[in-house]
Amino acid sequence: MGVGLVHYLAVGLVLFCLGLFCVLTRRNAIGVLMGVELILNAANVNFIAFSRFGVAGYDGQVFSIFVIMLAAAEAAIALAIVLGIYRRQRSIDVESMRLLQG
Amino acid sequence: MADASLSTAVFYLLAGLSVIGAAGVAFSRNIIYSALSLMASFLGVAGLYVMLYAEFVAGVQVLIYVGGVLVLTLFAVMLTQGIQDVEVSNRSVGRTIGLVIVAGTFAVMMKAFMDAKWRIADPAATMPSSTYGIGDALLGPYVLPFEVASIVLLTVLVGAVVLSRKEVGERDRKDA
Repeated sequence: MGVGLVHYLAVGLVLFCLGLFCVLTRRNAIGVLMGVELILNAANVNFIAFSRFGVAGYDGQVFSIFVIMLAAAEAAIALAIVLGIYRRQRSIDVESMRLLQG
Repeated sequence: MADASLSTAVFYLLAGLSVIGAAGVAFSRNIIYSALSLMASFLGVAGLYVMLYAEFVAGVQVLIYVGGVLVLTLFAVMLTQGIQDVEVSNRSVGRTIGLVIVAGTFAVMMKAFMDAKWRIADPAATMPSSTYGIGDALLGPYVLPFEVASIVLLTVLVGAVVLSRKEVGERDRKDA
């Protein structure tokens, strides 16, 4: 049996679950961001698999380009924020970020 | 037939690379190793894109993720952690609860896409060069999101500079 749509979706699902686990359990803000990148990658795998095996033509690939663009933007802004928090608190542990907690 | 089994083997190799890399990101104790595993995962996913006839997206993936996002992440790691305390820097808590949530998500989504009736186009039909199609789509039906994306990127550029620059004024005052 050749490699079909379901195989790629399974890879995307495993990547998504590992990214979700990373986001849920990491206490380092940069670790959480890495989990977010994994989740975005999983979404991209699905987009491109549907673009290959589906009937929508290139739409999936165009969407994945936009996702990559937004992921780069998110990484730049989020890491700048993390650096700012580190300068202020000397820590990027997300449990120590409770400035807004009443 | 030999061709098909070769491409199947390459698929499993690349899928294994990306999944093992992702596992390294999720489970590694050292955040530097996490970042390097993330690179392996990105490269494996780029290989999968090539297998899906999306060579342009694969190139973009390597350029932006491996060349940009990952370097940025490594810089952030090195600017925020002393290299010496890197062993304890990647603490993770609540692993049991996390595993339960992730296993539940996995089961639900696996069942969803195994049960779904996908409308699969003729897989034998190979697509022509993806660069041509993407360019056509970006300047055709997707021209408005494309232009908005350029504004987003400009905003991000300015915003990242503003957020991460040093407050020069205060430091000068302290020194004086």
